[in-house]
Amino acid sequence: MSESPGVREIVGAVGTAGGDPLRFANAALDRARRAESEDTPLHAFLALADSAAMGGGAATGDDLDGGGRSGKGGPKGPPLLAGVPVAVKDNLCAFDFPTTCASRILEGYVSPYEATVVRRLRSAGGVIVGKTNMDEFAMGSSTENSGFGPTRNPRDRSRVPGGSSGGSAAAVAAGIVPCALGSDTGGSVRQPASLCGVVGIKPTYGRVSRYGLVAYASSLDQVGTIGRTVEDAALLLQAIAGHDPRDATSAPLPVPDFLGARGRGVRGLTVGLPREYFAKELDPAVQRLCREALGRLEEAGAVVREVSLPHTKFAVPAYYILAPAEASSNLARFDGVRYGSRAPGADSARAVYEETRTRGFGAEVVRRIMLGTFALSAGYYEAYYGRAQRVRSLVASDFGRVWAEGVDLLFTPTSPTPAFPLGERTDDPVSMYLSDIFTVTANLAGIPGLSLPVGAVDGLPVGGQFLAPMWEEPKMIGAALALESLLEEAR
Amino acid sequence: MSAGAGALEAVIGLEVHIQLRTERKLFCGDSTRFGDAPNTNVCPVCLGLPGALPTMNGHAVTLAVRAALAFDCEVHETSVFARKNYFYPDLPKGYQISQFEQPLATTGQFRVRLPDGEKVVRVRRMHMEEDAGKSLHDRVPGGTAVDLNRAGTPLVEMVSEPDLRTPEEARAYLQQVKQILEYLDVSDCNMEEGSLRVDANVSVRPVGSQALGTKTELKNMNSFSGVEKAIAAEVRRQSEIVAGGGRVEHITLLWDDARGEVRPMRSKEESHDYRYFPEPDLPPLVIPVAEIEAARGELPELPHTRRERFGREYALPTYDAEVLTSTRGLADYFEAVARAADDPKQASNWVMGPLLAALKERGIEVGSSVAPAALAELIALVRDATISQNVGKEVLRKMLDSGRSAKEIVEEEGLAQVRDAGQLEGWVDAVLAAHADEVARFRTGEKKLQGFFMGEVMKSSRGKADPGEVARLLARKLAP
Repeated sequence: MSESPGVREIVGAVGTAGGDPLRFANAALDRARRAESEDTPLHAFLALADSAAMGGGAATGDDLDGGGRSGKGGPKGPPLLAGVPVAVKDNLCAFDFPTTCASRILEGYVSPYEATVVRRLRSAGGVIVGKTNMDEFAMGSSTENSGFGPTRNPRDRSRVPGGSSGGSAAAVAAGIVPCALGSDTGGSVRQPASLCGVVGIKPTYGRVSRYGLVAYASSLDQVGTIGRTVEDAALLLQAIAGHDPRDATSAPLPVPDFLGARGRGVRGLTVGLPREYFAKELDPAVQRLCREALGRLEEAGAVVREVSLPHTKFAVPAYYILAPAEASSNLARFDGVRYGSRAPGADSARAVYEETRTRGFGAEVVRRIMLGTFALSAGYYEAYYGRAQRVRSLVASDFGRVWAEGVDLLFTPTSPTPAFPLGERTDDPVSMYLSDIFTVTANLAGIPGLSLPVGAVDGLPVGGQFLAPMWEEPKMIGAALALESLLEEAR
Repeated sequence: MSAGAGALEAVIGLEVHIQLRTERKLFCGDSTRFGDAPNTNVCPVCLGLPGALPTMNGHAVTLAVRAALAFDCEVHETSVFARKNYFYPDLPKGYQISQFEQPLATTGQFRVRLPDGEKVVRVRRMHMEEDAGKSLHDRVPGGTAVDLNRAGTPLVEMVSEPDLRTPEEARAYLQQVKQILEYLDVSDCNMEEGSLRVDANVSVRPVGSQALGTKTELKNMNSFSGVEKAIAAEVRRQSEIVAGGGRVEHITLLWDDARGEVRPMRSKEESHDYRYFPEPDLPPLVIPVAEIEAARGELPELPHTRRERFGREYALPTYDAEVLTSTRGLADYFEAVARAADDPKQASNWVMGPLLAALKERGIEVGSSVAPAALAELIALVRDATISQNVGKEVLRKMLDSGRSAKEIVEEEGLAQVRDAGQLEGWVDAVLAAHADEVARFRTGEKKLQGFFMGEVMKSSRGKADPGEVARLLARKLAP
């Protein structure tokens, strides 16, 4: 079965040819159903729209909160995502679908309100075809921690798609939809994009509203986009970005044209190669493909310079203090009192909490709640949380120094290895945590990152990552567009 | 052998929770109206639904800053919200957004007036926080219902240093805090509705000692007398323990007003580790210095300043100034009357006396009584002897009940004082003729009957006769 066309192709077809504006969405649904009914189901989706329900989602035109839906075509052209089928990670609240975060504790929960990004997506003409599978509450790097069973990698169904936005990455990589929303707390958009061979963008913290994104670690979470191409991921980002008065951490800044640097190439751009990201532990094939990509950039006129980010080695430990600390608090609301599942027969308030949470949360979620609770507890706060906060600012200042030295962008591997087999790391949390080693720094520093495919080894995709200063998405996306076409030419 | 040897003194600190007078909740747009049907003023934010985020209500900040400045606190340019984590059925997010390490304001002070002078009580901190919901234990048989209308209501917590020494001082402190808050218009301070709540930290120590004893925390006091009685009971309890050679335990106690006793709530061992950390969903609260200074400039005149000014400017006795400044509404009213009547002492007499009495009878507030100018007009009528003092009081009641002006009432009801000699003589002669016996007794020396004749004349004139003239006439006609 054919893959979904790209975003521009769909918008163009819907805008000019007339006919059923939902035909691309219906085709996407057909592909999704087929992928789930195969012998080894992809299991990218936790819920799919039935075609009739999608009508409500195809609303267009009404501008919401002055968000950024500028973009090519001008006011007279079709809306930015007219008729484009989009898959949405199940930690984003959307009408007509449950919002479960892939957790048993929220099984069947339907949000009475919509996330700002979902409203913007709809008002830009996008059609939500389904909610995608994920690691429970976005905690994981393989989508094996879903309370409803793992997603498989469409490139090799014996392997993981990465996580935690594995369902979204798989849905795009399988050609079901041209683009999808994910969330990136420590690399959860970029790492699965890398493992599935698609493009993932984590914008600057504050660029996109978190209102309606079920929080994992509030100071690190950011909604991100996944597309089969850099352009598709960027167009989806264009539709959802912009200040939201409902999110106090969203920045009151105008939204630039993310594709504004298209065609500018990389001549004169200084690309930093952080020494610490090319350590000898790195998978040799990944190392080779990333260095080749850097070679292409150099040939095209970029200046590649080795730089140092000395605090990189502390980033993962700091992340695994800060994120669980916030998670332990963010997940306290799942107590069985107001919504979601409640343990039956509990005979006291305390028993309601204990039994509901014991039954409802999976092992990884419990592990992180315990870690976070401990890290915040009186007497240990300074030793763990306080110190991790200091590491966080050191990581951010590493980046600040490199930008000050005249580096425009950094280029690194996205994941230390290609997709690994299902089950390989599930019993070894620490090895799983190290899957995020190249991506967590961007979340700690709040800077944007983009992963795009740079090749494959034994049929398994390998991703490379651009990192940029805060608010410099156009520069980052421009360079990624250039690299994308350079690699295509070389193929 | 030291037990009972030295006297003990109490060391008391108060934590006052003040509900700010805002229309909207602290972090969302829901109404803060009291008494609405349960769970009607709620939204995803204050229900703590997955994905919902708090945003700041700027008006609440304005009110909190005003309160902090009134108690002479240092208001910080940057303060930080934190999460206070604990599980409770009426706490929807599993944490309360409060301020912890970097509160809005610190190091204030407050001069409390006491019967024997003034006492400075230091204010340790004032911070902003959201309220929790309410658990209702009487709605569902065998269960607890939760009303989240109150969840997210803005509060300021004002924490004093342990500078109070007696239950009476604690009560005076609290009453005067309430008075100031009312002047500031930051809270309606309604204790029954919970917009002013107070906890007390109480310990005892030998007089002269600087060290602090183990404190207990007293909760659930919802009236001034409750605060005073609860603290007195706790001081007694602790003193008995210490006198008996025992040790006070660090516990939380509830005041049972009906039984007049304190009982333990939970022991400190079970108490929470709140796991505070900075609230990542809210940026630090930054209030530019210029804004703080502007707020300081806009502070209303506070009760003690106003009291002193009333004494100075209107030459009022201390007692009058005190009564008239007890609430901002009364003080404003008095000033308006004093200016319109151009006679502060008369204005004071009328406001404190007949007006307050009439308001009390009718159960209304000064704000909804007669207009200050209308009262001034009445005072002028009494002063120029158009009507007598007593008729004036009656006219005031008629004004309150009918809304008519004093002049209208006096004219329409013919209440103006009569000084016409002929008319007065008629009344006097009639009274003397009707009471020949009394006249005879008067002439044999029973001089106190003068008052009786006076009263009868006033009665028959329906209060309109000029008392001075009547007295002169009586004296003349009764002369032997």
